[in-house]
Amino acid sequence: MKAFTYERPDSVAAAASLAAERPNARLIAGGTNLLDLMKLQIETPTTLIDVNRLPLDQVADTPEGGLRVGALVRNADLAAHPRVRKEYGVLAKALLAGASGQLRNKATTAGNLLQRTRCYYFYDTSKPCNKRAPGSGCAAIGGYNRIMAVLGASESCIATNPSDMNVALRALDATVETADAGGGARTIPIAAFHRLPGDTPEIETALRPGEIITAVSLPKPVPGIHLYRKVRDRASYAFATVSVAAIVAKGDGGRPSAARLAFGGLAHKPWRDETAERILVETGSADAAADRVLAGARGYGSNDFKIPLARRTLRAVMDEAAHA
Amino acid sequence: MAAGAASFGWPGHPSAAPAPDDPAPQMLPLRLTVNGRGHDLRLDSRTTLLDALREHIGLTGTKKGCDHGQCGACTVLVEGRRINSCLTLAAMHEGDAVTTVEGLAKGEALHPIQAAFIAHDGFQCGYCTPGQICSAVGMLAEARAGWPSHVTADIAGTAALSDAEIRERMSGNLCRCSAYPNIVAAIRDAAGSDL
Ligand SMILES: Cc1cc2nc3c(=O)[nH]c(=O)nc-3n(C[C@H](O)[C@H](O)[C@H](O)COP(=O)(O)OP(=O)(O)OC[C@H]3O[C@@H](n4cnc5c(N)ncnc54)[C@H](O)[C@@H]3O)c2cc1C
Ligand code: SF4
Ligand code: FES
Ligand code: FES
Repeated sequence: MKAFTYERPDSVAAAASLAAERPNARLIAGGTNLLDLMKLQIETPTTLIDVNRLPLDQVADTPEGGLRVGALVRNADLAAHPRVRKEYGVLAKALLAGASGQLRNKATTAGNLLQRTRCYYFYDTSKPCNKRAPGSGCAAIGGYNRIMAVLGASESCIATNPSDMNVALRALDATVETADAGGGARTIPIAAFHRLPGDTPEIETALRPGEIITAVSLPKPVPGIHLYRKVRDRASYAFATVSVAAIVAKGDGGRPSAARLAFGGLAHKPWRDETAERILVETGSADAAADRVLAGARGYGSNDFKIPLARRTLRAVMDEAAHA
Repeated sequence: MAAGAASFGWPGHPSAAPAPDDPAPQMLPLRLTVNGRGHDLRLDSRTTLLDALREHIGLTGTKKGCDHGQCGACTVLVEGRRINSCLTLAAMHEGDAVTTVEGLAKGEALHPIQAAFIAHDGFQCGYCTPGQICSAVGMLAEARAGWPSHVTADIAGTAALSDAEIRERMSGNLCRCSAYPNIVAAIRDAAGSDL
């Protein structure tokens, strides 16, 4: 690990000022992703801003009937929150499917939103990687790419976003709230928060340098059956190869009358296609919806299996919804 | 490359040599409270909680397995909650009450989880055991608080602590000797006792 200066500001404004003033500064929340990467010298900040004592750890009801989740709310606390368990089941289930009990006790809402890819070559500093070292190439294309993207990838990068939580937030149409050193505040819809790699895979989100996440807001609950199905290489404590977050309302004869579907493990961001949701409701067919979602899918060799796996996972989710 | 290991990324081989423009190491005065005792330390800001415990305080009960959050050997309790001490900095825990495996027994009386691990032979080499025991203590507190898990059928309700629940909730602790059946038995047994 490279040396850094440790700072523990006592307000969001002070943290934002430090983030803006210090070159190469990083916030540290749970530290479960950042320290992992710092030990491997993939991340080499020269200032670490510890935000853990800032008052951003509350979950509050919003006037619109939704929930506002502070940036520092731990994944474990969010998954155990009574309203999240009852009214935002897809989010509780996605959180509980991620990492381990120990990690969820540390991992925060903002840290999870910003966790970086698990691409093997991003982690291996002896290999080219456009995300880690822009312009160096992509070792995953033509390499061992079992966990990589099949949708929305580019010639520069085929990495995936590894988060389970982000997939549920996409299905729920959450909003990310930020603050900056100038006293500014923004709200960014989750659909616009994570980016596709394009020519600049090192830029992963719409966050500007120095901008701090203060909260994530959830609109009022979406009625229906909330499901999160995660397919992985072992039964627990493993990242998703493919996952589906679904909220399905049932109408006459149990047919879906409304549906939201978001996919994990397929792309550089949680993947959602509202047209596929309409097709699902019109036809009642998971396969018709999968046809639409996967129309542009492309495998890179070792990850070809993800395309049929995504279809089967969607079928299994719709089957579960039908029998719920 | 095993698929399971691959899914956690690739622990590469970082070059340790400092570059000319690297900042100088920062030494921090720090007071840590471990098992009820205060320790005044001066640590490089890079020191993880795990290294502070083992290398600077001399509490070597907590083990280092992977140093990357992937095995659970380093599990300790901070304010009663289980965490991986390898993925957090000592400086982030100034003022927190840290409990390690050395702090669980009351004098000569073992903690019920410790006693159950012995009664059920919940280990072979013992390397993962301090982490398993601290994790079990934290896990049972979570279960008593009514937290659901990935295998809980009704996440809005409460779940009985079945073997499937114990296994899922303990999945963050790997055991290379595969003592899992006896670990589950020990925790099942201790869960019923007054902790
Ligand atoms: C072994 C292992 C297994 C895992 N398995 C899974 C899994 O199955 N599913 C899953 O989804 N995840 C998994 N994870 C990843 C885990 O969920 C993330 O590490 C965690 O969510 C990161 O949160 P954190 O608070 O620890 O972030 P940190 O490591 O503290 O920070 C991550 C990034 O966010 C930035 N940041 C933090 N807070 C803010 C803020 N308020 N504003 C702006 N920037 C901020 C930091 O600067 C840093 O760049 C796993 C991790 C490990 C180590
Ligand atoms: S897929 Fe992206 S993260 Fe992986 S090696 Fe290629 S550029 Fe790097
Ligand atoms: S040493 Fe901390 S999880 Fe392995
Ligand atoms: S007893 Fe040997 S690793 Fe668990």
